Amino acid sequence: MSGQSMFADTLRRLSRNPLAVAGAVVILFFLVMALFPKCFSEHDPNRINILRILDPPSARHLLGTDDLGRDVLARMVYGARISLSVGFVAESIAIGIGLIVGLLAGYYGGRADAVLMRFVDIMLCFPSFFLILSVVAFIGPSIWNIMIIIGITGWMGVARLVRAETLSLKERDFVVAARAQGAGAARIMFRHILPNTLAPILVAATLGVAGAILVESSLSFLGIGVQPPTPSWGNILTAGKDNIEFAWWLSLFPGLAIFVTVLGYNLLGEGIRDAVDPRLKGR
Amino acid sequence: MRAGGNKMPDKDALVKHIPGEETQRLLTVEDLSVSFDTEKGSVRALFGVSFSMDAGETIGLVGESGCGKTITALSVMRLLASPPAKMDGGRILFKGRDLFALPEKRMCEVRGQEISMIFQEPMTSMNPVLTVGEQVAEVFTAHGICGKKEAAERAVEWLRKVQMPDPERRAKEYPHQMSGGMRQRAMIAMALALSPSLLIADEPTTALDVTIQAQIMALLREMRERERMAVLLITHDLGVVHDFADRTAIMYLGRIVEMAPTRELFAGPIHPYTQGLLASLPGASQTSRVLPSIPGTVPDLANVPPGCPFSPRCQHRQAAMKRFLSGETSTDELRDCDREDPPAFEFSPGHLAACHYQRRVCGES
Repeated sequence: MSGQSMFADTLRRLSRNPLAVAGAVVILFFLVMALFPKCFSEHDPNRINILRILDPPSARHLLGTDDLGRDVLARMVYGARISLSVGFVAESIAIGIGLIVGLLAGYYGGRADAVLMRFVDIMLCFPSFFLILSVVAFIGPSIWNIMIIIGITGWMGVARLVRAETLSLKERDFVVAARAQGAGAARIMFRHILPNTLAPILVAATLGVAGAILVESSLSFLGIGVQPPTPSWGNILTAGKDNIEFAWWLSLFPGLAIFVTVLGYNLLGEGIRDAVDPRLKGR
Repeated sequence: MRAGGNKMPDKDALVKHIPGEETQRLLTVEDLSVSFDTEKGSVRALFGVSFSMDAGETIGLVGESGCGKTITALSVMRLLASPPAKMDGGRILFKGRDLFALPEKRMCEVRGQEISMIFQEPMTSMNPVLTVGEQVAEVFTAHGICGKKEAAERAVEWLRKVQMPDPERRAKEYPHQMSGGMRQRAMIAMALALSPSLLIADEPTTALDVTIQAQIMALLREMRERERMAVLLITHDLGVVHDFADRTAIMYLGRIVEMAPTRELFAGPIHPYTQGLLASLPGASQTSRVLPSIPGTVPDLANVPPGCPFSPRCQHRQAAMKRFLSGETSTDELRDCDREDPPAFEFSPGHLAACHYQRRVCGES
């Protein structure tokens, strides 16, 4: 190792993986779009124009207009903001819950582990999409509800991952050494064990964001996700499905955006997994 | 096998248990017995280990791998994972406080602040994702001594005290960027940062190069003088003990078989195991070109023979057995060796050994 930190080392290996770089570029592109929508479209995403209903792509409306004459590109650009933030926030909630459950189960072991892991098993038994559907139907669709619901039904994988890592890390010498210096349980868990689990968590988080974006799109497509007029890629698709015979652009572009984004996250996630894999070190 | 042996009044001689005196003793380990639950059932690792230490004193705990040195140290720190470890008996008094009666929270305060420990493997004893400076600083913040910023400054100061080259820069580096010797220096800085009154050094030089070993021992010696702390030095290196320890305890199969002031132990070992160990040191015997060794192997802890644990390898015991079997003697003089775990006996002031044969020969003659 050339005196560089492990992070720099990982980044270097990641940059040599063309697929991961492509994924990162895609993600970066949509992130910039979400952060600076004005640079991508000067139209108002919610401005209705009944004179231009279902206009095909043209110089004025690059991606055409929808059934209310709204500019599809503008809705896509603003929808990126919604879809990506749902993905991020939902996955952050999932990571937060999964981390704590996994750390507690792995560190304390025994009965705490058994109880928490059986709870994970129970949660995994629910078909999560239908669970989300019914809960959203019950508490009502709003962007915050969607984020929270996706988050609290998606943490189990992270919990298992963190538990497994914790089980092996807590036996390591440096944890015993930290205890010998008087570090308490919380300090051991959060300062000594947690940072060592970050690599696999990063992989899980990247793949998880892709999953959360998909779930949000599906919910919005079914009409119980993000509610119009707030644009999201999923509900633009919904408008598209009614007019698919004569307005292909209304379905193609949001579908493509979802596909490319999810693919980007998956490629990046797998790239990170390969980059942090110690067996591939030195490449 | 412990029946009788433990109940003998002599056992207490190891501790010199005088009421009221234990408050002056820094550390008293009394009849410590530990076992581990394994797939093959309960395996005993410590069989009534007893010793005590005064403030500022250095004790060398010597024995081969698996004889219970590290278990003893981890018991004092109360760091044995339970399960599988189980305390079967005994107690540990530190400055008059029973460590096993302390709640975990109080024990966390004792660790690092009053008793600290350095480990055998400096390679694996440091957290790979935290800088060395952060790890030394953590000792201060974990015990609430000072804030983060001051802790970082104190960490650099301590790295300088342990003669870390270029401490400001090294504090910002990660453990994998350092050599083993430097890491062990950092571990020593961590262990000594809060001026504990007892340092447990578990084979601090075993994983290091010979030249680095000498440097680290010199550093430990210097720190011991400066901080006036007691050191429990665990090692299998008799040379290190000879130069470093005030008193030495020899462990065999979960017992202390002999304990004496270091000079006396090296000059006149009593227990046959100690005698064998010293004889097997290079240079100890000029007459033979072959290095003497103790015949036989250490029994499996899961299957310890009854009586004295050393008897299957003990020349005295085997000779007596041979004489008896050949009819030379009418009784097996040393039959106790196979029946009863020998109690510790004080052969001369401060020199204890647990051996039926020696007690017969010199103790009671």
